[in-house]
Formats: sequence, structure tokens, C-alpha cells
Amino acid sequence: MDFALSEEQKQVQELITQFIAKDYPFDVREKLVKSEDGFSKEYWKTFGEFGLLAMPFPEGDGGFNGGPVDLMVILEAFGTGLIVEPYIPNIVLAGNLISKLGSDDQKKEILPKLFSGELQMSFAFTEPQSRFDVNDVTTSAKLEGDNYIIDGYKAVVMNGPASDKFIVSCRTSGSQLDEDGISLLIVDKDSKGLSSRDYSNVDGSKASEVTLENVSVPKSNLIGEEGKAFKTISQVIDLATLAISAEAVGIMQKMNELTLEYTKTREQFGQTLSKFQALQHRMVDTFMVHEQTKSLLLMAAAKMNDNAPDSSKAVSALKFQIGSAAKLIGEESIQLHGGMGVTEEMSIGHYFKRLTTIRTIFGNSDYHLKRYSSL
Amino acid sequence: MNLSFSPEDLKFQEEVRTFLEKNYPADVKRKMDNGIPLEREDHLKWQKVLSKKGWFAINWPEEHGGTGWSITQKHIFQNELAAFNTPNIVPFGVSMCGPVIYTFGTEEQKERFLPAIRDNDVWWCQGYSEPGSGSDLASLKTKAEKKGDKYIVNGTKTWTTMAQHADWIFCLVRTDSSGIKQEGISFLLIDMKSPGVEVKPIITIDGSHEVNMVYLDNVEVPAENLIGEEGAGWSIAKFLLAHERTGIGGIPHLKREIKRLREIADELPLNDGFLKDDNLFMDKLNKLEIDLLSAEFTELRTLAAMSAGGHPGPESSILKIGGTDLQQALSELFVEALGYYAHPFMSESDLASNEKRIGPDFAATVMPHYLNFRKVSIYGGSNEVQRNVIAKAVLGL
Repeated sequence: MDFALSEEQKQVQELITQFIAKDYPFDVREKLVKSEDGFSKEYWKTFGEFGLLAMPFPEGDGGFNGGPVDLMVILEAFGTGLIVEPYIPNIVLAGNLISKLGSDDQKKEILPKLFSGELQMSFAFTEPQSRFDVNDVTTSAKLEGDNYIIDGYKAVVMNGPASDKFIVSCRTSGSQLDEDGISLLIVDKDSKGLSSRDYSNVDGSKASEVTLENVSVPKSNLIGEEGKAFKTISQVIDLATLAISAEAVGIMQKMNELTLEYTKTREQFGQTLSKFQALQHRMVDTFMVHEQTKSLLLMAAAKMNDNAPDSSKAVSALKFQIGSAAKLIGEESIQLHGGMGVTEEMSIGHYFKRLTTIRTIFGNSDYHLKRYSSL
Repeated sequence: MNLSFSPEDLKFQEEVRTFLEKNYPADVKRKMDNGIPLEREDHLKWQKVLSKKGWFAINWPEEHGGTGWSITQKHIFQNELAAFNTPNIVPFGVSMCGPVIYTFGTEEQKERFLPAIRDNDVWWCQGYSEPGSGSDLASLKTKAEKKGDKYIVNGTKTWTTMAQHADWIFCLVRTDSSGIKQEGISFLLIDMKSPGVEVKPIITIDGSHEVNMVYLDNVEVPAENLIGEEGAGWSIAKFLLAHERTGIGGIPHLKREIKRLREIADELPLNDGFLKDDNLFMDKLNKLEIDLLSAEFTELRTLAAMSAGGHPGPESSILKIGGTDLQQALSELFVEALGYYAHPFMSESDLASNEKRIGPDFAATVMPHYLNFRKVSIYGGSNEVQRNVIAKAVLGL
């Protein structure tokens, strides 16, 4: 049993930490979030040059053979700097769907551009009624001649505004909740009949409501076999759950550091806040919860790396814990900052907002507790 | 990073299982499985089985009879012991006094005391707490005055677990009262048969006799029984407490108990079905299981970090808080599982008798266990004191 990161993994961690210190301070991030795109396309290409975008893919696909542990290292480091560039929608979701199910032609056309940072993509899988159940798909696709005709609505699609292409989960057979009959189609954003309402989320990320009306895509845009996408979607969502949990653990670490630092300088009643035992014990609790959550993160990452039979269960244990830990650390950090914690001016509130949205993304604590029990 | 067991580890696991199947004494097992309190001889019989195999003082340096096992092997070993429902190892000799002696003792002291601990020939107890000093351990008052080649010891120790069984007691005593309270404390080994040593039981709210008062009235102790320098007792005490806290979480035991509670939930009738159909109950059980997973991996991470850097430090406080919270939560969930049948009280002698139990077989020890386990967040330095330790040593507050 070995918990240590490899030399390469430590280098990646160091690379990102240095990038954040030098190029991604809080005020720079704030400018990016408020910009038209909502993130830096230039930095995105820099990540491509760093090799981060191709990291978690097999060499055969032009990747660096990274696994779930490598992914964890990247996202945890991203979390500490509150990196807003859309790694999970592009790389973890869209990239992995193509890599796992795509044809050689699809891979050749898409992956190099995705890895270099030229192409923006997202995975449109949520619908207003579906919440966290990826088998709940009403958006329909019907084969007519050589084209699929898609009709439906996808909700809160991460990275929708910047996307050049969507991967849309569609029902090609069966009823609303069936696992069988779900297919994946690549749809260009500028397709006729596709309209999107673009907006910002509270955490600074961008998303879209996507309406598809009689959208026609060639049959060759089908990824994998018709009607058989559910299993791969689940696997990819598990991987994305691990990734976003790693981001959350990085955020928690940073929030604890910021809070500790703040209480050591802020004075009340003639002494620094850090001298009050009532506050000390609360910071000890948030410190411990971060450590315990990180332990589950490492466990889940290692199990996914090994393709362990209980890795989905481990991921649900992790995301359940992320939900409750994020609430505790997030809310306690704001409380210990006092009034300053609720101002836009300080970074702590921005970490809090991202951590709060992560509680929901890919399933909240209740969802994952139920899933944990059923697996 | 790789958290799976190697083929060698799996072979080791098989070896431990085979050994336990063959050598775990049947009469001790029967008592454990039926919630019958163990006698002194039961503990010793079981522990000697391990001694004989060389698997008792597993954490000790190999020169003194340790195993030299990797963290993974120790993890496997502890999990198997718990899975077989073996009695908890009485920690005072092997996990507390032993490490103090091989770390701070003279060669002569090592030769004199270590083999008897390793072989389970001597039962130790811990003379730390006093009636006036709870978690504020350094305020202790038991006085040891040097007269010639002897110390004359006077004072009272309390919460002394299993002192009624002990041959020896290791004590923190005050040899100097002039400086600040942490100075002037010394670490002294006392033969319980010495004239002036008296043990009186303290009965706890679960009705059991586990802890005691130990009165020391003009007890003569040879000066050669002092470990380390005079006045070095506080640093030895801190070293020992860190050792005590690491294993205190009892995680392998909790894993077995949570599995047992699942089995109980499958079979315990509730209305026209079983307890397992109660979703609120099962949610609590599943949450606890996830908390336990995180505690287990936190412990493994800590042990891995420690194996690189020596003795346990303030991290052991984290494990203590996390583990004891879980122990209490699980003991409460067992009570909830039983409903009314948690209430009938059976004394230790009732339990030992063949009389039929009231309610489900496992019921009799459930509430006593819950009551008894209020202690775990109090002993070994209360969990509030542990938070102070972490605040100071880890967070720098």
C-alpha cells in the first residue's frame, strides 16, 4: 500500500501551483470571470501546451496514459486556485466519451483539437426533470435516411456558451427511464434548429439551456453503438465525479488556509480571533474534515485506477462526503470571516460559491447515499 | 499511489487466517461471541497464543521481539483479529510501557522488563490520572521522595483500568514541586505487590468493574525502577499518550461491528418485515460506514506518513477524535436497533450464567456498551483536549 504520488505527478502539481501563483491570482481570475468568454482561451491553450488536456487519455489517442489518480492531481491543484477554465466539460466528459466510444474518424477529427485547446465541447446530458439520473432521457433522436433528427431540451449544460460542439444524450428507443436505448450524438452548435440561451452560474462558470427542434445530424455523428451508451456514460460520470470531488478537496484546503490566516490577523476584544478557543475548535473540525475527505478521495481514485469492482460505490461514498464536508467547511469559513466573508471583495466568498455548486454537480449527498446503499 | 494488496500481502492474510482458525482458543471465542465478560486468565490465554507465535509485540523493534511487518501487514493483521472477534489486546504493557522502556530505559531495564511484556508473563496497568487531575494531567500530585536508593511514594491514582488484574503499574509521580507543573514529573515502575498499594473498584454506569482507584501509601520503590532521568516524566508521558491515541480509534473492531449490525438488521423483525426495511435506520448505518471508510484511510495515510518519519505526533489526536466519535455513534445505533429490548439489565454474573437472555441474543451487552463507551471521548485526553493539541501543534494557534 502506497499513498505517495509519483515524481511525474508531483511535477504536474508543482507546475499548476506555480501557474496559479504567477499567472492566476484572485484579481486576474475575477477579470476572466467577468469577461465575455468567462475564462481565458489563451490560458486554455497554455494548459494544452503543458500537456494537461491530453493527460488522462491513452497513448493511442494521442494522450499521456494518465489515469484517475493523475486526473485527481490536476483537479485538486486547480481547486486551490479556483481555475474557471472548463476542464471537466471538455476533457473529462466530452474527451472521455469520444476516447472510450468514438470511431477512429471521430477520434482523429476531434481529439487533437481538444488536446491543443482549439476546440471547445460539452456534454449535454441533463434535462429539467432528470436531476442526477443519467438514464432519464426524453430528448429523442430518430433515424431518417442517413440522418438522425433530434428533438428535445437539455438543461444547465456546462460550458454551453463556449462550445463549438455538443455531445447530446438522446433516446433512440425505450421509455424515459430505460437504460437501454440511450445514444450519443455529436451536434454542432451552429446546427439548424439548435438554439441556446447562455448564462453565468453563481460560481463564475457558464452554462446554457439548449433547445433542439428538428435538428438533423448525419448518421456518422453517432458515437458508439445506437442505444448502448448508458454504461459508458455512467463510467464517465463516475470519473467526472471523482474529478470534481478532487477540485472540491483543493478548494476546502484553500478555504481552511485562508480562514486560518484571517483569524491570525483579525483582532477583536483586544486579541486575534485565533486566540478564542471556541473558534480554534471549529477550525480543528474543518481541518479534520478536509483530511478525512481527502482520504476518501485517495481511496476512490486508487480504486478507479485499479478498475476495482466496487469503484462506483467508492465514488458515491466520496461524493456523499464531499456534500457534507463542503457544507461544513464552506459555511464555517464564511462565519469565521464575519461580515467580510459575505463581501464580493474577498476571495473566500468565491471559493464558497464554487464549493456550493459542486455539492450538487453529478449528484448531491442524498443522491449518492441512496446510490451507495443500492450498490 | 497504489492501495491494493500485493500477492505477498494476500498470502500473508491467508497465513493469519489459517493461524487464527487453528489457534484462537475455543472457550475464549465462545465468551466473546456470547457477550460473556472475560476473566484475567482468558485475556492471558489468548495473548499468550500470539506471544508464542511471535505476533504479540508487532510494533516493537525487531531486536526486542517485534515483527518488522510493513504497515499493510499490520493493517491486515489487525483486521483479521477483529474479523475473528478476538479480545482487544490489553494495551498497557505492550503498547504503552513497552515502547517507553525500549525508548527511554537502560539496557538493564530493557532486559528486565521487555521479555515479560512480550511473553505475557506480567500484566501492567497505567498510573496516570488522579482524582484532582483529569485531562490536566500535569497537575498530578502523587509524590515520590528519594530516600537513599529508594523512592517513597504517596498519592492516589484513579481510572486505573484492570488494576485488579495487574502485577505492575507504571506511574507518573512528582519528584519536584519547585518549578512549573510539567517539570518535576518522573516515570516510575511499581510492583503492585509492594506493601502500601491498595486497589479499590470503581463501578461504572454500565454496571461493570473495569476501572479502579489505586492508593499508594508510603510505598517503597527501588530507585532503579525510574525510567529516564528524574524530571523527564512529562516528555515520556507525551510520547506515550501519542502512542496510546494512535490505536485508540479501534477501526478494525468497528468494521466488524458494522458488518454485524447489518446482519442483525437483515434478521431482526420489524412489523411484517425486518429492520433493514427501515430506510431512516439504514441511512444512518450507511453514513456511518462511509465515515468509517474515511477514518480507516485517514489512519492508513497517517501510518504511512509515520513509517517515513518515526513516532506518532499530533496526527494521533485526529485519529483519536475521529475513531471515538464513530465508536460512540455505532454504539448508539445498536441501541436504536433494539428498541425496547435495549432496556433489560443483566449484571456481569447474569451474563456469565447459562440463564436464557431476555430478547434477542445480542441484546444484553448493547446498552451497557453504549453507556460504557461514553468514556472513549473522555479518556486518553478528552476530545476537547485533543482539539487543543491540534490547534496548537498542527494549526499553530
